[in-house]
Amino acid sequence: MTVTTALPTFDEAIAAFEPVMGMEVHVELGTATKMFCGCSTTFGAEPNSQVCPVCLGLPGSLPVVNRVAVESAIRIGLALNCSIAEWCRFARKNYFYPDMPKNFQVSQYDEPIAFDGWMDVTVDAETYRIGIERAHMEEDTGKSLHVGGATGRIHGASHSLLDYNRSGIPLIEIVTKPIEVPPAVAPAVARAYVTELRELIRALGVSEARMELGQLRCDANVSLRKAGDPYGTRTETKNVNSLRSVERAVTFEIRRQAAVLSDGGRIVQETRHWHEDTGETTSGRTKEEAEDYRYFPEPDLVPVAPSREWVDELRGTLPEPPAARRARLQAEWGFTDLEMRDVVNAGAVSLVSATVEAGAPAGGAKKWWLGEIARVANERGVALEDAGIAPADVARVEELIAAGALNDKLARQVVEGVLAGEGGPDVVVSARGLQLVNDDAALGTAVDEAIAAQPDVADKIRGGNLGAVGALIGAVMKATRGQADAKRARELILERLQP
Amino acid sequence: MTLTRKTAAELASSIKSGEVSAVEVTRAHLDRIAEVDGPAESGVHAFLHVDTDSALAAAAVVDQKRADGDELGPLAGVPLALKDVITTADMPTTAGSKLLEGWRPPYDATITRRLREAGIVILGKTNLDEFAMGSSTENSAFGPSRNPWDLTRIPGGSGGGSAASLAAFEAPLAIGTDTGGSIRQPAAVTGTVGVKPTYGGVSRYGLIACASSLDQAGPCARTVLDAALLHSVIAGHDPNDSTSIDQPVPDIVAAARKGADGDLSGLRVGVVKELGGEGYQAGVEARFNDAVALLSKLGAEVVEVSCPHFAYALPAYYLILPSEVSSNLARFDAMRYGLRLGDDGTRSAEEVMSLTRGAGFGAEAKRRIMLGTYALSSGYYDAYYGQAQKVRTLVARDFDAAFAKADVLVSPTTPTTAFPIGEKVDDPLAMYKNDLCTIPSNLAGNASASFPCGLADEDGLPVGLHVMAPVLADDRLYRVGAAVEQAYAAQWGGTLLEQAPALDGRRGESATADRGVVS
Repeated sequence: MTVTTALPTFDEAIAAFEPVMGMEVHVELGTATKMFCGCSTTFGAEPNSQVCPVCLGLPGSLPVVNRVAVESAIRIGLALNCSIAEWCRFARKNYFYPDMPKNFQVSQYDEPIAFDGWMDVTVDAETYRIGIERAHMEEDTGKSLHVGGATGRIHGASHSLLDYNRSGIPLIEIVTKPIEVPPAVAPAVARAYVTELRELIRALGVSEARMELGQLRCDANVSLRKAGDPYGTRTETKNVNSLRSVERAVTFEIRRQAAVLSDGGRIVQETRHWHEDTGETTSGRTKEEAEDYRYFPEPDLVPVAPSREWVDELRGTLPEPPAARRARLQAEWGFTDLEMRDVVNAGAVSLVSATVEAGAPAGGAKKWWLGEIARVANERGVALEDAGIAPADVARVEELIAAGALNDKLARQVVEGVLAGEGGPDVVVSARGLQLVNDDAALGTAVDEAIAAQPDVADKIRGGNLGAVGALIGAVMKATRGQADAKRARELILERLQP
Repeated sequence: MTLTRKTAAELASSIKSGEVSAVEVTRAHLDRIAEVDGPAESGVHAFLHVDTDSALAAAAVVDQKRADGDELGPLAGVPLALKDVITTADMPTTAGSKLLEGWRPPYDATITRRLREAGIVILGKTNLDEFAMGSSTENSAFGPSRNPWDLTRIPGGSGGGSAASLAAFEAPLAIGTDTGGSIRQPAAVTGTVGVKPTYGGVSRYGLIACASSLDQAGPCARTVLDAALLHSVIAGHDPNDSTSIDQPVPDIVAAARKGADGDLSGLRVGVVKELGGEGYQAGVEARFNDAVALLSKLGAEVVEVSCPHFAYALPAYYLILPSEVSSNLARFDAMRYGLRLGDDGTRSAEEVMSLTRGAGFGAEAKRRIMLGTYALSSGYYDAYYGQAQKVRTLVARDFDAAFAKADVLVSPTTPTTAFPIGEKVDDPLAMYKNDLCTIPSNLAGNASASFPCGLADEDGLPVGLHVMAPVLADDRLYRVGAAVEQAYAAQWGGTLLEQAPALDGRRGESATADRGVVS
């Protein structure tokens, strides 16, 4: 384990060194079938139930390219302002690993489908242009499950199980050019880049890009140098799989490398593992010799040569860029910059938008998604969209409030009920009996009882002390388990206790 | 004439007319296999696996169809020997390797499916050099096949089992695969017909890859028409193979019938001057020169063409092939199927992989894996694999230039006739030189074939005439092949194989000494 006590603070680290970053993001495409065969890509199926001779790499089997995957790759490339290759090939990346059925991965090497683009990200109202080196297509590997060890890693495990359902799922790998930004914002820019990329992928509709499901995986390369020096040696921290972790992992690597360099040490080019719990990276595979993947053009596939007409047609299908969309929505919703930033950081732009489209006021939509729903999602450790409530449900709750059928307190209970899986808002309202009591007969009885129970308070009110009315309203609310329409209860009390 | 001596076309016609049943035909061939194929140590040993029950069942289906009045395909009921590198869901598929001993694929290759759909009866799986790498079947993990002309000699390779099964009259049809000559060289040394179609002409789906950019399956038979009939069954676009050609297959059967008229007038034949001379057996050159004279006599215009880069084809091939092999054979790692050694709970997956591959692969496979791994290594890629690909382009250009002057090119198929088993096992370079004439067509992807053209004077063993046609002009091979076949038949009073010694009772001894030499 790394000794952390000696680490400089982030500010100390960047006072001495400039960080340079490079981000590699793998996006699992949401195609119905795999990259090179017709197997389903549905997540969470019985292990090894979605396999065939091709994705198991059985002798004699051959790959056939999934056209939708190529289309998705081109659209991602176009959205990242890349050039699209007129002609490119797949290549074999050769290395042995049990979860790789052919012991080579079909990927792209020196002929990526998309190259040389950019994406703008904004941090603290400053915009930074991130250069995109390339976006290429490849197939995913299977999954190893190491059993019998304490950590779930291969070290210490008694045996391993292999699931090839993921083998052959299409991936797009997006690689940035070196990111050189003011040191103080580097970790935030890294996070903003992944956030923005995720937004873009979702807007394109090519993947749900859910990091917690591994649909978007991030490897962060970091190196340090003295101002004006050439690039230093980099490390690659693998599988940084939440937005928050991206920022933390980059920050940690900057501090760790600064400590090593300040001590006169040198950085080893290596893969590092990110530990969410300790907030540290540790050395991964230490390869005595450099990995040689022996890339060569995949002879089982023909070149991909997208016609310019097709590329232009796909260009016409691109969605509004996320930044422009955000600016438009902010104006439509009337949010301040700060309010909008909260929505963006919560990853709730699309959820709020969908809720507004379903008829809710923007402020109400934001309040629920960033409040009660975020709290529950966080408690359960799931994404907002997985909390168990749909935008339409939230809009319905807002509708019931507007109609006077729910007050804030009851509405919260309704949302709680929906999140607990009790059904839609209307189902929860009737099942839990959460209708607001505002018919005068029922309310009148509660008011009369409250007055009878607190004659002294009643007298004060009769004497003109309207401030005392709250005590009686409280009693009415208590008697109706919070379901009284407070406004109507007040009116009834005042009617009865006229001076 | 016994059923096993008949051609596929004759058998199909007899079955169709009801003169004989498919079951009788199949049984006759199974009996012949039982008679001459074993024992593995001294028989022809063409087959690694014979499936009597499934063959008879497939034949019975054809007979039933005929009884029901269903339309029968042109080869329905005809038995076939399938090279054991093509997957079959109902039989083991070993690729001649210990690593796959007993492996039963869960799927049929496209070729297998098309054969079954045509009503062709698959008798079993034929022997080959491990993963189709070799020129003699001596690299088979299950022992070599033997040449029916002389059981002490090799039947060629890698498809020696398929060729031997034809020459031994165990099957009238066979499927081979050709990466550097593995259909044509065995055809030449066994006196049979072998065609390597244009690359992409026959689906590779289910063909266990040797070198993906070079591998091509094709028909093997005793006559040109039989090869054409089989070729048309297996050819055509397959959506499961991205490299398969999505264009109509030329009418090869019509070309074979037309060629049988014996008129080649208007055809320009190019003799490749680089494919001959030093290193070529005198008897091979003599028979080849006779064949060129015959072509001329049949009306063809013979010209000399030069393909200067063919000299570099062999070295380029031995960089490209091992490179692809090193990657294609990586999947044999004991994790999912096939041989697994050392899995005793104490070893890591990596150790099990290493032990299994170390013990499972034969020497030639290992040699090529090492060569290929080296050629693709960073720092060597440009000098080896990259340069070899450039040579490949130059070879293709040589073909283009030659085909501007000639409709087909000719050469001997092999520099020598069948050599004795064991003679070249310790000299890989000498072994590789067998494929000197055949390799250029694999590099360029064009169609080529070998047809019997007589026996070498010095050893009385078969010589092959190699005919090369442009990409997608496979029909020209059949026209030329059928023309020379009918001319030779007139000259010899029958097929070349009729001059082969009877197998029975002479197993394991050289038949050369007491055989009359016919030229």
